[in-house]
Amino acid sequence: MSGESINLKLKVWRQNGPKDPGRFEEYQANDVDTSASFLEMLDVVNAKIIKDGGEPIVFEHDCREGICGSCGAMVNGKAHGPKDKVTLCQLHMREFKDGETLVIEPFRARAFPVLKDLMIDRTSFDKIISSGGYVSVNTGNACDANSIPISKENADKAFDAATCIGCGACVASCPNASASLFTSAKISHMALLPQGQTEAKKRVVQMVDQMDHEGFGHCTNTYHCEGACPKGISVENISRMNKEYLKAKLKG
Amino acid sequence: MSKKVLDSKVPSGDVSDVWKNYKSSMKLVNPSNRRKLKVIVVGTGLAGGSAAASLAEMGYQVEVFSYHPSARRAHSIAAQGGINAAKNYCNDGDSVHRLFYDTVKGGDFRSREANVHRLAEVSVNIIDQCVAQGVPFAREYGGLLSNRSFGGAQVSRTFYAKGQTGQQLLLGAYSAMMKEVNSGQINFHNMHEMMDLVLVDGKARGIIARDLRTGEISKHAADAVLLCTGGYGNVFYLSTNAMASNVTSTWRAHKKGAYFANPCYTQIHPTCIPVHGDYQSKLTLMSESLRNDGRVWVPKKPGETRDPIDIPEDERDYYLERRYPAFGNLVPRDLASRNAKYQTDEGKGVGSTGLAVYLDFRDAINRLGETAIEAKYGNLFDMYHNIAGENPYKQPMKIYPAVHYTMGGLWVDYNLQSTIPGLHVLGEANFSDHGANRLGASALMQGLADGYFVIPQTIGNYFGSENLGEVTTDAPEFAAAEAEVTGTIDKLMNIKGKKNVDEFHRELGLDVWDKCGMARDKEGLTKLLKKIPEIRDEFWQNVNVPGSKDGLNQELEKAGRVADFLEFAELLATDALDREESCGGHFREEHQTEEGEAKRDDENFCNVSAWEFKGVGNKSVKHIEELTFSKVELSQRSYK
Repeated sequence: MSGESINLKLKVWRQNGPKDPGRFEEYQANDVDTSASFLEMLDVVNAKIIKDGGEPIVFEHDCREGICGSCGAMVNGKAHGPKDKVTLCQLHMREFKDGETLVIEPFRARAFPVLKDLMIDRTSFDKIISSGGYVSVNTGNACDANSIPISKENADKAFDAATCIGCGACVASCPNASASLFTSAKISHMALLPQGQTEAKKRVVQMVDQMDHEGFGHCTNTYHCEGACPKGISVENISRMNKEYLKAKLKG
Repeated sequence: MSKKVLDSKVPSGDVSDVWKNYKSSMKLVNPSNRRKLKVIVVGTGLAGGSAAASLAEMGYQVEVFSYHPSARRAHSIAAQGGINAAKNYCNDGDSVHRLFYDTVKGGDFRSREANVHRLAEVSVNIIDQCVAQGVPFAREYGGLLSNRSFGGAQVSRTFYAKGQTGQQLLLGAYSAMMKEVNSGQINFHNMHEMMDLVLVDGKARGIIARDLRTGEISKHAADAVLLCTGGYGNVFYLSTNAMASNVTSTWRAHKKGAYFANPCYTQIHPTCIPVHGDYQSKLTLMSESLRNDGRVWVPKKPGETRDPIDIPEDERDYYLERRYPAFGNLVPRDLASRNAKYQTDEGKGVGSTGLAVYLDFRDAINRLGETAIEAKYGNLFDMYHNIAGENPYKQPMKIYPAVHYTMGGLWVDYNLQSTIPGLHVLGEANFSDHGANRLGASALMQGLADGYFVIPQTIGNYFGSENLGEVTTDAPEFAAAEAEVTGTIDKLMNIKGKKNVDEFHRELGLDVWDKCGMARDKEGLTKLLKKIPEIRDEFWQNVNVPGSKDGLNQELEKAGRVADFLEFAELLATDALDREESCGGHFREEHQTEEGEAKRDDENFCNVSAWEFKGVGNKSVKHIEELTFSKVELSQRSYK
């Protein structure tokens, strides 16, 4: 199963903390097995950096199965690299050619300050969720699970919206650094289900306000977010969020 | 080795009524007093997230710690298959008793009966709670919840959300938790790793944490501490666990007096994508459901080099179908895994490393058509294609077993309290519910049962029974623990050796996998027990941790965790050597039936081994909890 071996030049963003201006540094990645994942390629580069007395490139990662949402970087200007609908950890080196130069940068947005190198702070996403991305049902309050039928169509749509992994590729790809796709995915998930109705108006207003407050930009319908999303979250959700927002504002 | 008997504190009475009666008799804490009590929760997976949310809703002050930047990143998110519950929505005869029975049997009669019964009882409440939160489970066209069947059960009781059930349940618990962060009832310390547990007057009263961004060490006092920090599968280096999953919190609590139970119970999942190079960092699970239609085989000739599609039928060995005609490719996880190892041990393994077997869909595709196979397994085939770079519709998949769950953990009593008063342990981090083997779709159930429904009751009983004085971080015990933590970090930074942290982790993990993995014997374990201290000694002399302790330093984080694995591994091997029987995930070559099945020794080992720490490199002391079964009869498994 091992693949061919290729040589690559890496231009990697190195930044020592939120206040450091940062700069690109070049590394040679030789004898990269094309069966390796992108992050495993970085592991090998890091092992060599450490052996040579340097400090390894910091990048965030955990599950390496494309579900935890930790990893992500811009590779040659594309969030999570050139392949559609995969996270960086699921991108494999067979997508690259021998001799290529890869420019690797963090996801950039005012609301995502760089912590170090490729690692960014996405707690702004958590603040959006904590402003209203839930149903206020305390443990023990629930009625029998089958007492509220939900049409399969709506349940499936809610599920599709709920598969967002919170990686931030949508923000990084948006010219306005808008978090509309992320926020609308959670609002849609809740708006499509009967459980979410009671707090629907309050939720959409608070979450949209929080999104603005965190310093994300506005949506101007460029749809780059959908193209960059590793989970294929649809921009339909943004329309639904806007509709919910208008409904809440107009009807109070 | 001395033997001391542990009290599980299971209330007396019929197992079916114990929890119900206990709930009515436990001490309560009134709402105004809850406000004065502080609980530390470490870890934000299903167990930690659900516990933190539930306790905060009740009015306790909750301090939550996670080394992740966000609570939603915990590894519960990667669980695929589903969550069991005895709802009997399918009218196929399911009941609390059947779920209880299947779980006890699946655990090879090495779990605590009363805990498992409670788990089965609250399973139904979990589904209600999650649906109320808006977890989008799969539904039928009539709008009601859909169920599927899973390994080890004859009924359909598994609730699921495509192959992302863990993600949806975790997002449910995470959102419940974030609601309480918003209300101010939870104070969430993200990117804070627990470095030590602090005991005052013999009780768990706080922790020492390190801010992973700044390196700052901080002290936190509380009235109780909950560890919800998952399993120790990464002691094997390669596993399906997330990269950061570790044993550090539970191990450091163990060193402070919490007994560690049954560490040798580790689960190996048979269908994972095989290792493909030295650079490999982790293994990816492929759902067990593939074995419904895929046929497992190896070439009959060792060292075969032909392309699999060129190997004629009579030169293939469908070894599972041959050895287990009744169950064929659908034998339980442990058997499927072990048999793959036997084939590769004989040199019949395939792929570039020789550590893989074929899982072939050719016959299923011929029988049902490619479209039908795509409808069933499309996403899994795509995942395989993406990672392995081979098209499984055209060529057989290559698979190999990998470590994926650990049933052992810190010993807890019926209240989920460890041997340290005030230290409670939830989810995969404890040992109690899965015995020697966990059934599919039961991990999510247990994490949420502990967090939503068990600890909110039992912690009140603890607070109501104990006279806890006020403790602040000014207590000298905090300063002492902090000094110890700082000392260890300085020591790691100052070694400045020649080998990277990962090199030690890999060396340890591969040896543990080799000698304490799918099959174990006395000779191998003895060698391993000699080797581990050697690797550990070299680590402390020759590891290289670059950078500084102040600020973000991922190598330093890893070094601390590997240091703990290097100590823990010795206990794992000790326990595996001590348990002179085979059961569930623990297979000792010396103890098997003539047919090669696991042979339990109920006379001598129908018990829990709970180990007491006696210093690094010193022999741990074993304590015993006897296991008694009143509702089930012990039987030997057979799948022939």
